[in-house]
Amino acid sequence: MTLQNFMNEAISPWMREEGPDSDIVLSSRIRLARNFANISYPIIADKDKLEEIRDFFRDNYEHQSFEEYKDFAFVAIGDLSPVEKRVLVEKHLISPHLAENAETAAAIISENEQVSLMVNEEDHIRIQLYFPGFQLENALQKAFTFDDFLEEKVNYAFDETRGYLTSCPTNVGTGMRASVMMHLPALAMTKQINRMIPAINQLGLVVRGIYGEGSEAVGSIFQISNQITLGKTEEDIVEDLQSVVKQLIDHERKARTRIMEQSRTSLEDRIFRSYGVLEYSRIIESKEAAVCLSNVRLGIDLGFIENVSRNILNELMILTQPGFLQQYAKRTLSANERDVLRASLIRERLQLEK
Amino acid sequence: MECQECHERPATLHFTQYINGQKSEVHVCEVCAKEKGYMNYPEEGYSLHNLLSGLMNFDTSTIKGPQQNTFKQVQELQCPKCEMTFSEFKQVGKFGCAVCYDTFSGRLDPIFRRVHAGNTKHQGKIPKRQGGDLHKKKLLEDYKMKLRRLIEDEAFEEAAEIRDKIKALENKPEDPEEGDPS
Ligand SMILES: [Zn+2]
Ligand SMILES: [Zn+2]
Repeated sequence: MTLQNFMNEAISPWMREEGPDSDIVLSSRIRLARNFANISYPIIADKDKLEEIRDFFRDNYEHQSFEEYKDFAFVAIGDLSPVEKRVLVEKHLISPHLAENAETAAAIISENEQVSLMVNEEDHIRIQLYFPGFQLENALQKAFTFDDFLEEKVNYAFDETRGYLTSCPTNVGTGMRASVMMHLPALAMTKQINRMIPAINQLGLVVRGIYGEGSEAVGSIFQISNQITLGKTEEDIVEDLQSVVKQLIDHERKARTRIMEQSRTSLEDRIFRSYGVLEYSRIIESKEAAVCLSNVRLGIDLGFIENVSRNILNELMILTQPGFLQQYAKRTLSANERDVLRASLIRERLQLEK
Repeated sequence: MECQECHERPATLHFTQYINGQKSEVHVCEVCAKEKGYMNYPEEGYSLHNLLSGLMNFDTSTIKGPQQNTFKQVQELQCPKCEMTFSEFKQVGKFGCAVCYDTFSGRLDPIFRRVHAGNTKHQGKIPKRQGGDLHKKKLLEDYKMKLRRLIEDEAFEEAAEIRDKIKALENKPEDPEEGDPS
């Protein structure tokens, strides 16, 4: 596997499959934070120690496979151009923080992009595992086996009382962050989500709008994840998260039904206006694109728009971000140039569906 | 219980704090907790960063009064491996290495409690290879807890089964998980 493969396609191979409840849950992710027992953590460690860790991962895992995760690519972040880094961040294969740690950071990414391992992020090792749709239990199971696979060669910083010893006290214990990415347009439209977020926070879960600033979720995409990592088993944390996600799915479906009953025509109008904008505009900002894509995706889910694949939301949300656009253009683009290219890529992509 | 600061309102917040390794209990109302810097909630919205920098301030040095002087005389805790001091840790909000956890261990419980909803002890996964005897120990704990519940529920048949499992496990001389990982 080479870096070029990751750069060319906006949508990761694992996203092509449809998971359970994928009309609402776009993806499930488990992230485990791990560290070497005998080496200081990246914020304080000497550069040569961190380079040793990076080289350890290259020497031991490059081109290796584990179960269905084949042919790991080793990517030294320092070798990447700014645009390439940005693309990996936009695809959620690496974190913005890893991209900044360029000197000693690296990523190990499986061919299907389902597993990515960040080396020398805030912790020495961050294992990330993605599943399409609502599949947290599967993701946890796989993350555990992958963790065991790494532990064959790595002595983890682990303590009976405190668990996995992470750099940040917010991750100690399980070192696990479980999260789901949800498309909640009806709850956002009816503003119900604003009332639900504080209640969800009370349960020790964090809700964040993806794309967009602060609490505003452009494109109605929200990430829900656990805040607590200590004092509960991974299974219990996942179970608690699942039960909240199930309720959100339920509320979203009910809200969709209610809008369909009460204001079907204006919803239909909104969806088709957005469809029109995406199909015909010549200049489009990322925020407007995100809103229209969300509406079109809802239109697909509700059966107003046929013959357009559901994946279009996931795919175009990534494809139309600044990094990807510039990767596509093979040069740096001004904001105006990006808006023009974004509009043209969206038009092209919708043409493909016909 | 009344608040130990204002002696007016009921104490709704209960902390354990450590001064020179001395454990003491603090019982205060929410108003005093805010005023005396026991807690720093972000005013609006949720931010993990705010929460964290807030709880890092949750330290004995923010308490005004006679204790402050004795606190200042204490030699600063420093990690022997990575050389991070406790005040650096509070400032950065990150540990420098695994040994920091031992070094600062006496002061971590209040911090962990605040971040992890009152929890201070790991309950989750144990490393497969390194875990060694811990796997057996944890399994035993789980069985014993189950046994207690079954006896309470008067499910004696099932309880007997669990008891046999416990006996078998306790008599097993070595953990099969232990040994050469390769
Ligand atoms: Zn008071
Ligand atoms: Zn240390």
